[in-house]
Amino acid sequence: MRLTSFLSTGALLLLASTANGYTVFVSNEKDNTVSVIDSTTLEVTKTIKVGQRPRGIVLARNGEWLLICASDDNVVQVFDTRTLEFVKNLPSGPDPELFTLHPKGNPLYIANEDDNIVTVVDIEKGSVLSEIPVGVEPEGMGISPDGTILVNTSETTNMAHFIDTQSNKTVDHVLVDARPRYAQFTPDGSQVWVSSEIGGTVSVIDVKTRKPVGKVSFQINGVNADAIQPVGIRITRDGKTAFVALGPANRVAVVDTASLKVERYLLVGQRVWQLAFTPDEKLLFTTNGTSNDVSIIDVEKLRVTKSVKVGRYPWGVAIAPF
Amino acid sequence: MEDCEARRHDLRLKAGMLRLAAVLLVFGGMLLAGAPISAIAQPAAPPTEGRMIGVLLVREIQDRPLPLSLLDIPPPDDGIAGARLAIADNNNTGRFLGQEFRLDVIESAKPDELLAEAESRVATGQHFLVLDVRPQTVLRLADALKGKDVLLFNAGAPDENLREEDCRANVLHTSPSRAMLADALAQYLVWKQWRRWFLVLGTRPEDQAFAEAVRRAAKRFGGRIVEERVFSDEGGSRRADGGHEQIQLQIPVFTQNAAAHDVVVVADEAGLFGEYFPFRTWEARPVVGTQGLTATSWHPALEQWGATQFQNRFRRSANRTMRPLDYDVWLAVRGIGEAAARRRSTTFAEIAAYLRSAEFDVAGFKGQKLTFRDWNGQLRQPILIATPKLPVSVSPQPGFLHQFSTLDTLGLDRPETKCRL
Repeated sequence: MRLTSFLSTGALLLLASTANGYTVFVSNEKDNTVSVIDSTTLEVTKTIKVGQRPRGIVLARNGEWLLICASDDNVVQVFDTRTLEFVKNLPSGPDPELFTLHPKGNPLYIANEDDNIVTVVDIEKGSVLSEIPVGVEPEGMGISPDGTILVNTSETTNMAHFIDTQSNKTVDHVLVDARPRYAQFTPDGSQVWVSSEIGGTVSVIDVKTRKPVGKVSFQINGVNADAIQPVGIRITRDGKTAFVALGPANRVAVVDTASLKVERYLLVGQRVWQLAFTPDEKLLFTTNGTSNDVSIIDVEKLRVTKSVKVGRYPWGVAIAPF
Repeated sequence: MEDCEARRHDLRLKAGMLRLAAVLLVFGGMLLAGAPISAIAQPAAPPTEGRMIGVLLVREIQDRPLPLSLLDIPPPDDGIAGARLAIADNNNTGRFLGQEFRLDVIESAKPDELLAEAESRVATGQHFLVLDVRPQTVLRLADALKGKDVLLFNAGAPDENLREEDCRANVLHTSPSRAMLADALAQYLVWKQWRRWFLVLGTRPEDQAFAEAVRRAAKRFGGRIVEERVFSDEGGSRRADGGHEQIQLQIPVFTQNAAAHDVVVVADEAGLFGEYFPFRTWEARPVVGTQGLTATSWHPALEQWGATQFQNRFRRSANRTMRPLDYDVWLAVRGIGEAAARRRSTTFAEIAAYLRSAEFDVAGFKGQKLTFRDWNGQLRQPILIATPKLPVSVSPQPGFLHQFSTLDTLGLDRPETKCRL
């Protein structure tokens, strides 16, 4: 691990952010770095070196830890979000891409894209608790708000696999459109939304019956249908509005969760994949892979207010509550 | 010359042995499922019954000349390895749906044998045949199996006539046509503003066909062929046996005094001379076409659109990198699996109908869905533009527009087709 370069005392000074500001972390897949953005000034305050091919990132321990899938190092790295210092490595299984944390804060569920399994890891002890076989190229990971059901999507098998977190066994498999990338539960836990990148749709699945109850389709004037490739999904806490990143269509769709109709398309940077709200839900950050920037959306006004240059091929985004 | 012949013989022997091993491996996996091992002469038990969906890969052993580079010698399981991976991928999905896929392979150098064997396999329940055979054998199989519950996938022949005047209603094509490849390359050259092309073609019929596709692409996209020269190869021995001394002199002289050009386009499908052109031409010009910068359905170093995991999976299963034929065969078998999963069916009629319907699409690590053209059964797909080491670009290029799908800027489009299904 090449971690010594940033372990300077100077790094500590960066954490003196303003009282209600948040710290935004963006993984840069091609640069092997994470860009740190101050949500108040909207400036990159620091770029930290991490493992190879950082993709999924998530916060743990109430935001004190930043967990990074270093896909090409076959490891999950833990960084301290206040000091930006490397804490430890977690076992991840091969080629970790995306992961989700149990709502209680432990364990961590990791999609191993190259090995058709989901690895369950105790982040405190650093041990593997279980490996769950799923479809080909597991990627998307969503967990119900009560932590009882985990949904994994497999990109080539085109399924949402429902996993019981008590037994760590798959209990059902729901076919969705081609290349499912992301799974997101609604805040009340009644539905899980699954984006299909090649299919160009978002399937809405009822969690109790595990049956698809609706599908969101997208149409943008002047944009080729083939370029509309939904990936990241975020749903507001009130459950009313979903934001869907549409990849090379360079837009984020704003979807009314009741009617499943798109209310607006917001133009962002190129190849937008992942999204994250600030904890107050006032801002939404988007990672734009091919334009090397993040766009910032004002959630209330539904306007893109700024773009901030980060590293090459920004992939994931996570926002700490301080 | 002697050396070369000896090596060629040796290679064929090895190829034969490995071929057998590959076929056995394919069936080895099925042993666990209790399926019988079948050899080429013994028709298998009906493969498509209940939850089982059979795929028959038909290979015609073709006596191709050896390529110039040792790196380019086709592995004995070229194409088979792609089928095996697709079967594994299908089965991974199938285990959640109660579907099982099984691969059988028949191969022969004699089209008559292939035909007889294919017919007998069809009689015992095979419905999906994936073909890596000569173009004329595609037509013979299609005609012999006409009216039966059979769908054929041409994964090996790029010939235009199979998609055009000789198209058949029971054939889908997963391999790109020559016109698609030439159009993909032409778009990139025009995008680069390299519009003046010096065309060098071999004497074999495939070279003529590729050259014709290049001429058509030039006219279509605004390239200009400023000069054509025929490179006659004497056949038989690989010229490299003469050593670099002669080649180093021969190619500059051959390309001397050509009309002003931006690129040299070589049309040498068999790989008999094209590899000699890069870095040896009289003028310092890039070499493109069948060698140098090429248009291809697959590249072993493609990593976009999740291809890394696909490449890794292939390497683990075949112990080598994936070649275009592997990919074209994978697409055919994976397409069958996709249709079976979507229809939740193992019956031929339902799967075949879905494959032909407007609803069908399959993901193939090309960043967008792949679909079949309804007018001639050709799979639409982005085409990679690549050097031997890395992909350079992907066509269709920006700015080449189409009223329905930009993928239809590659190859013969609906209004031009001679195919009447």
